Amino acid sequence: MVKEIEKAGFTIVQMANLIPVAKTVGSNRMVPTISIPYPLGDPSTPKEQQWKLRYHRVGIALEALETDINEQTVFKVKI
Amino acid sequence: MKKKAILYLNQFFGQIGGEELADHAPEIREGLVGPAMELNKQLGDIAEVTHTIICGDNFMGSRQEEAVETILGFLADKEFDIFFAGPAFRAGRYGSACGHIGKAVKEKFGVQVISSMNDENPGVEMFKKEIYIFKGGASAAAMRKDVKAMADFGKKILTGEELLSAEKEGYYGGGRRHQVWLESEVPATERVVDMLLKKIHGEAFQTELPIPPSDLVPIAPAIKDLSKVKVALATTGGIVPVENPDRIQSASATRWGKYDMTGMDRLEAGAFKTIHAGFDPAAADADPNVIVPLDALRAYEKEGRIGSIHNYFYTTVGTGTTQGEAARMAREIVEDLKAAGVDVVIMTST
Repeated sequence: MVKEIEKAGFTIVQMANLIPVAKTVGSNRMVPTISIPYPLGDPSTPKEQQWKLRYHRVGIALEALETDINEQTVFKVKI
Repeated sequence: MKKKAILYLNQFFGQIGGEELADHAPEIREGLVGPAMELNKQLGDIAEVTHTIICGDNFMGSRQEEAVETILGFLADKEFDIFFAGPAFRAGRYGSACGHIGKAVKEKFGVQVISSMNDENPGVEMFKKEIYIFKGGASAAAMRKDVKAMADFGKKILTGEELLSAEKEGYYGGGRRHQVWLESEVPATERVVDMLLKKIHGEAFQTELPIPPSDLVPIAPAIKDLSKVKVALATTGGIVPVENPDRIQSASATRWGKYDMTGMDRLEAGAFKTIHAGFDPAAADADPNVIVPLDALRAYEKEGRIGSIHNYFYTTVGTGTTQGEAARMAREIVEDLKAAGVDVVIMTST
């Protein structure tokens, strides 16, 4: 889906847990998430911590949209 | 009674002439021209070729819309059960023409379309998902063989015979998956262990679920200043309003939805949930923002980091969904994104 949307000219970032799959299907900008059932917030951690993680990783996704790349790129996250 | 078939040819095989006549406008003739004779013969008692359509490759290439419209017009009052195009061998323009007209005929009249092309023909990649394209020879020397392959498969379709996999039938796989019963009746658990053992021992094995090789798309340009842009959220994680109004399937989805979140700071539990069958929904049901991070994106909107958030998010389910279906849904979503003036997209996958 990402590929088709990008093909149409939209700058797109994929936030995914299975980065190798995202790569194989042809995503160009990728940001890792923490799991399949809860990509952006582990329910066993406090709400505050979940929020921090989500806010941080969505921020990385925004940076990815702003970044010039020459090849498929996985953007690094800190939390 | 015999079924009816119609064949599409280019100017060369339609015996109009060579390259100098590639601008030849579409025409339809009753009866058989060129390869139509062989096709008619191979269809035998099952079907007959009633008409031959001929169109110059350059006409189809440069005035495609007009060409397709004209040909669909020719066909509007004809009765036919199946449509053939080519074989196109390695002729790129011809292959592309067969694909364009084949796709249009299939969509408009709901009949199956069969073509044949060499694997080097760009028409294969362009249209193998739309119509049946058989693996054909490089030149017209393969005419008889390629026409026979098209005719044999056409007969199977027309008589309702069981159709085998793309590989067994000899056409390029279109990325569609079908459930099949294996004659061997060896259960999946044993087959997968066999495959694993072969893999460990470095022996050759055949996957049952081939993934089409990927081809990359050009990287879309970076957007330097997000403070003016409209951002859309999309997901394959199956987040929907709790009543799932569009009945998006929990697996092998063929449907997608877009749902309004105007004025919402976050996606509330109880209003939204996930219908994805591929994982435990508890976490996402308790807080849908872990899959569609509206709350975090709203914070960035309030800070002025991004211009705005598109009022709708897009959603489907990514498990068991074929790449073909996903691509089709994405193309439909693209139309909506364009209409809404969206600039960039954040897609979350589970």
